[in-house]
Amino acid sequence: MEIKVLKNILSANDLIADNNRRLFEGNKVFTVNIMASPGAGKTSLILETIKRLNDKIRIGVIEGDIASSIDAITVGKTGAPVVQINTGGECHLDASMISNALDSFPLQKVQLLLIENVGNLVCPAEFALGENLKVMITHTPEGDDKPYKYPLMFQSVDAIVVNKIDLLPYVKFDLAAFSTAIKAINRRAVIFPVSCTTGEGIAKWTNWLLRKSGRVQK
Amino acid sequence: MHELSITQSLFDLVIEQAKKAGAKKVSAINLVIGEMTGVVGDSISFYMDFIAKNTSVAGAKLNIKTVETRVKCRDCRQESRLHEFDWTCPHCGSGNLELISGKELFVESIEVD
Repeated sequence: MEIKVLKNILSANDLIADNNRRLFEGNKVFTVNIMASPGAGKTSLILETIKRLNDKIRIGVIEGDIASSIDAITVGKTGAPVVQINTGGECHLDASMISNALDSFPLQKVQLLLIENVGNLVCPAEFALGENLKVMITHTPEGDDKPYKYPLMFQSVDAIVVNKIDLLPYVKFDLAAFSTAIKAINRRAVIFPVSCTTGEGIAKWTNWLLRKSGRVQK
Repeated sequence: MHELSITQSLFDLVIEQAKKAGAKKVSAINLVIGEMTGVVGDSISFYMDFIAKNTSVAGAKLNIKTVETRVKCRDCRQESRLHEFDWTCPHCGSGNLELISGKELFVESIEVD
């Protein structure tokens, strides 16, 4: 006997993500899921964002890594509330990991929650966390062909930060060709060329982020 | 890479549906997987052998229908398969495309005894 199911394989994760979303909304927290390959500059961008927006909005951070709390210690030095999730081998964060982390996180004290996902361009794209925005970082040494190799990630995000533009003279990354490829399959994605080292372009990113999360008033 | 967690979710979903139907044994699982998800059918089969051991899902045949990544041109309205490394419309050259398939990841049905 055949039984029709027609259910997404990850529907259990989506249900928990919906619970997280309600919890965020209830606490008036705007949440951003930040994804990238290892070394693209996720932590650097988070640090720059905190530095520039610290006096405008209260930021909290959830750090996701397979192992170690290096990032949580680094981010914690800014004074922002931070919790580290160690996935113990899992290559992505999922909604239940976020839900568990929220047990020990002072949601009521933050307005903007930045979630640093595990460094990976594949799996994090599949798992909703309950976020308001999905943002990815690509970095110029990676090359401009990554959208073709990891289309789901580039297709699924609301914004793409292109980090390390100070290295453009030395690496093969054609920003115009990259933007054309993105626009072909993801019209809504806003592209921010930045350098976390020189600070170039960061203000545009933080202004956009602040505007997006601006609805949050406590 | 993430097939282990996907297979675990798949298994939970199938067990739940089989229980609901009062089935003793699941003989087949019919999946639909979009090309763009990058989910590897062989890995799902591999993990399923472990996860389903000694359950009503053990030995179930995994039938996977793969869905092409297809786009519709927003300018000339024609459909095409998304090219590997040239994201323009093959009919008119436009770079303004709408994704119409390729992100599927669902259980279409299960076959039970």
